[in-house]
Amino acid sequence: MNQFTSVHVIYLLEAARWTLLLSLIALLGGGILGLALALARVSRLPVLRVMAIAYIQIVQGTPLLVLLFLSYFGLSLAGYRLDPLVAAGLSLTFYVGAFLGEIWRGCIEAVPRTQWEASDCLGLNRFQQYTHVILPQAVRIATAPTVGFMVQVVKNTSLASIIGFVELTRAGQIVNNSTFQPFLVFLFVGAIYFAICYPLSVASRVLERKLHVAR
Amino acid sequence: MSQDSSLAAGRPGRDPDGPANASGVVVSVQNVTKYFGPLKVLDGVSLEVRQGQLVAIVGRSGSGKSTLLRCMNGLEAIQGGRIVICGHDVGIGRSNRAELRRDVGMVFQSYNLFPHFTVERNITLALTLVKKNTKVEAARIAAEVLALVGLADKNSAYPEQLSGGQQQRVAIARSLALSPQVMLFDEVTSALDPELTIEVLKVMEDLAGRGMTMVLVTHEMAFARRVADQVVFMHKGKVWEAGPTAQVFAHPATAEFAQFIGTGL
Amino acid sequence: MTYKFDFSFLAERWPAFLEGAWLTIQLTVVSIALGFVLGTLCAVLRVYGGGVVRRLIGGYVETIRNTPLLVQIFLVYFGLASLGLKLGAELSAIIALVINVGAYTTEIMRAGIEATGKTQLEAADCLGLSRVQTILHIVLLPAMERVYPALSSQFVLLMLASSVTSQISAEELTAVANVIQSDTYRSFEVYLVVAVVYLTLSFLYRFGFWLIGRVLFVRRRRIGAAI
Repeated sequence: MNQFTSVHVIYLLEAARWTLLLSLIALLGGGILGLALALARVSRLPVLRVMAIAYIQIVQGTPLLVLLFLSYFGLSLAGYRLDPLVAAGLSLTFYVGAFLGEIWRGCIEAVPRTQWEASDCLGLNRFQQYTHVILPQAVRIATAPTVGFMVQVVKNTSLASIIGFVELTRAGQIVNNSTFQPFLVFLFVGAIYFAICYPLSVASRVLERKLHVAR
Repeated sequence: MSQDSSLAAGRPGRDPDGPANASGVVVSVQNVTKYFGPLKVLDGVSLEVRQGQLVAIVGRSGSGKSTLLRCMNGLEAIQGGRIVICGHDVGIGRSNRAELRRDVGMVFQSYNLFPHFTVERNITLALTLVKKNTKVEAARIAAEVLALVGLADKNSAYPEQLSGGQQQRVAIARSLALSPQVMLFDEVTSALDPELTIEVLKVMEDLAGRGMTMVLVTHEMAFARRVADQVVFMHKGKVWEAGPTAQVFAHPATAEFAQFIGTGL
Repeated sequence: MTYKFDFSFLAERWPAFLEGAWLTIQLTVVSIALGFVLGTLCAVLRVYGGGVVRRLIGGYVETIRNTPLLVQIFLVYFGLASLGLKLGAELSAIIALVINVGAYTTEIMRAGIEATGKTQLEAADCLGLSRVQTILHIVLLPAMERVYPALSSQFVLLMLASSVTSQISAEELTAVANVIQSDTYRSFEVYLVVAVVYLTLSFLYRFGFWLIGRVLFVRRRRIGAAI
């Protein structure tokens, strides 16, 4: 049994970088997927809408852990090596995409109907309406909830530990197995997560207030 | 006390020279001052309300009349002077607040009914919780007061199913059910359409006829002129006119009041 | 190479999935109920309490919402054990889940409570209702009705998040799945089935909350309108 020393602290902090990397991958992949889903949700084609709704409902009704297992074992079936980072990145992308899709759909729909009408009357086609009028306003509305959701993403990366990806939580378990001081170790792990997430939470609230004041 | 018998004629069932008027003072406001921050909203206001009287407080918006009413009930604190209502000194701590609430009823401009309760429950809530009536007793009282305001058939309706005038009458019934000694009315018809105003005023006139001591802040000048025993005209936080209704209206002592009633506000 | 999906294990193992689902239901219903009570209490204290209490509850809420559930579970199960308090897996799971959902409920209910019109409080005051009576009878039910969609969403999320308790070997659906897949080596199929079961549970829970809403919010049922 070892003491919990600065060596362990550094190990944990380094693992936190993997947490951040995985979060970024999830946000990037999930962001692209989410945008596609949001646009599909508000599309005029019923087929697209139904598919998007079905996807979002299924993903939102399944635990992230189960999705992780499915990706992990699914990859092996497809003949790929069981790389935890790839599996985690993939499942988080699917997961985050569904939630961001819902959030962004709400933001697109929050743009007043009158904006559609005005731009239509000016002769813009649908694509131009989206790119010049609707999406810029939707982005403004979406900033606060998206930043808020980033907190969820960072926390969700902790599940990647379960399929063996060494991020902050897994590192905590490893350190714990060496020092047998779970209370101290996981308190520290929690504190690092807090240090990453709390500023995002605060930022989200500040953005939310600014949005309402501006309106 | 009233010198004009035609005044009494406007209110059936009242004996203007009877013992009711000779009874003691129910509300005593003595030289009250109040500030909202740096702004002086009440400047040495004094008035007296005797048992069974209906006192109408009139004036322009911002004259301090609503504030005065809310101070009488302890909803706003005063910084100077004294208010004694039903024997309770309003300035002193919360301990006698419960008794104050039992003796003083208040009806608001926005009715403030509880939307998640039926009309009946709105009325029986305080009866069961505060006056500790049994459910049966409370239901009986509720039925009684609803009949008094003409809404006996609405006891299982929800507030939003009723018109503004009906909601206000329920609010009056709710306050009345607690058997207060004095009722305060804060511009209770200001939010209502003219037709709905009439039905509420009728209930209030009825109430006065039964001898309830009432203090109203109102814009309904015709009603005040006809029904009130005393009229108090407030302007810029001070009392500029006070006295028996007919006298005050017939001989305004100040130019401001003359102008006020002249413009028909 | 094409993969041959093999769901044959279902033929004899399907009761285990149902059992797992039932265990998850028991675990999460208890946690949701207790968490709701805790959260509502904290929300009331946060809105009506003094400065110290407000800051304490604020600290509690922020800490829980900015750290992962998995870490919270480890702290309760392993952390408390190392301090001498050895709680079983299920109890630890419930404690961690209650603390977690309590924090989210606090925020949601706080929003609902703060949206109570000042005039409602004034009317209650003028009728002689005490502070406690006002909160219980006038504030809480409409507040809950206001935030009910957010509240029930949060509870469904908690049910799904409970899958993480399998990591401390709490008995619930995902743990059952882990056992079966290690027996049968049909990992993908097993988790596919579990995903379907969770989806079904999601719908069940949403329906359940809808029903509860109909019962609680009598006014809504009778005249079909929201506050």
